[in-house]
Amino acid sequence: MSMKHVVMAGAVMLAASAVALAGPAGGTVSGKVTYEGTPAKMKPIDMSKEPSCAKMYTTPPVVESVVAGGGNSLENVVVYISAGAPDDAAPSSAAVFTQKGCRYIPHVLAFQVNQEIKIINDDQTSHNIHPLPKLNREWNKSQPPGTPPISEKYDKAEFIPVKCNVHPWMHGNFAVMKNSHYALTGDGGAFSLANLPPGKYTVTAWHESYGDQSQDVTITGSETKTVNFVFKAKPY
Amino acid sequence: MGKFLAVTIIVIAIASAIPVVMHTWEPPADISTHGHLIDSQRDDTMIEAGVSFLAAQILLAIFIWQFAGSKGGGKRKTFPGGAKGLVGAALVLVGAEVLALGAFGTKAWATVYFTPPKADAMPIQVQAGQFAFYFRYPGPDGKFGPIHPEMINEGNQNLFGLDPEHDVESRDDVVTAEMAIPVNKEVHLLMHAKDVSHSFYVPALRIHQDFVPGLDLSLHFTATQVGKYEIVCSQLCGLGHYNMRAYLEVMSQADFDDWQKKQAAAQ
Repeated sequence: MSMKHVVMAGAVMLAASAVALAGPAGGTVSGKVTYEGTPAKMKPIDMSKEPSCAKMYTTPPVVESVVAGGGNSLENVVVYISAGAPDDAAPSSAAVFTQKGCRYIPHVLAFQVNQEIKIINDDQTSHNIHPLPKLNREWNKSQPPGTPPISEKYDKAEFIPVKCNVHPWMHGNFAVMKNSHYALTGDGGAFSLANLPPGKYTVTAWHESYGDQSQDVTITGSETKTVNFVFKAKPY
Repeated sequence: MGKFLAVTIIVIAIASAIPVVMHTWEPPADISTHGHLIDSQRDDTMIEAGVSFLAAQILLAIFIWQFAGSKGGGKRKTFPGGAKGLVGAALVLVGAEVLALGAFGTKAWATVYFTPPKADAMPIQVQAGQFAFYFRYPGPDGKFGPIHPEMINEGNQNLFGLDPEHDVESRDDVVTAEMAIPVNKEVHLLMHAKDVSHSFYVPALRIHQDFVPGLDLSLHFTATQVGKYEIVCSQLCGLGHYNMRAYLEVMSQADFDDWQKKQAAAQ
């Protein structure tokens, strides 16, 4: 064998071992969520009845039921595998939901069935968080300032609106997921669901005001499939 | 022991009368046109009740002092006419006092509840709901659009359940979390409760109105002084009742017009 052959064989062996050591093969579904049409005007929130929160803002915050990003992108969309993937055990880390400035941060919290959620009150006023599920158990809990976080979990997959009993303008959402393949879009509307074994999947995109849409996609190896969603904006 | 009780009664009676007579805890200055009638009714009540209270307590203390320590048994003094006379006299005295107060107060009551608002009074709708007050101004068309309770969505700030897409009169309605009014202009409040009973109370305005769900309540008043006042809910309405309030701003007409323009732009 010549030197060239040795080098080539070595390179092939290196490449093969790199592929073998790369971990489980997984395809990716990625894309962008956008809207067409004109979204309704997001009204400003007057928090004057709660001065300790109102004073935290120089300009009043606006309603977050539709958050539009650059390039007609839609934020706060939960994109997830709704069919084709087995259920996953919940991770041990907690998902955190914070009450600050009399708002819920993040506006949409996505987490898994039986995963712990930690609800923190970072304000100087009491809150009374009241999620409104249809399938899971309904509860509301009072949380004075300076008290420890509330720990809860949900055992059924569901999209749950969340309100505060004391402050009518506070509104958020819990997205309880069956498996670990989910993403929340940010500014730009992009999402990426990785590590999908070969199979036929249904990808669903959910938005709190515009409903949900699904598309089917098939993964055969470790390719990246592009799936885009376009929602119809409502002017009112 | 009995004499000590008599002295204690006198001391308590006089001690509790002193802050009232000295006007130690006065309600805030009256900024309304009708408030003076309510204030004189209050003064009349305090005087009548105060004199009766002091007289009763002093008489009680005197009798306790006189008869303390005596041996038990036997009659002492009897009220002329006996027990029947005593009860009759009490009925007549107290009844006369209550009737008198009622008669004196009719003008205050009628001014608030039986007099209709002026034709050019400014209408403002007030909605009390757990746990905030929200207000609606009719806008340039002067009309309030219909309320669709099933469309109320607090997360979206559709607090009155308006449907501007289909109801033309709703399009210029201005919904606010603060109530602003021009000074020296009669305001006509149209009030209702969204859920349970609440109460709208502005001490300085001498306005205090309970909201009963299902009732549409009407109240009118004129504010005479510029300033910022607190509107508090004074009817226990749930776990957030302590936090239920809004602010009332009485402004000059010019400031009020600016405020209304700003609020309309934010709708």
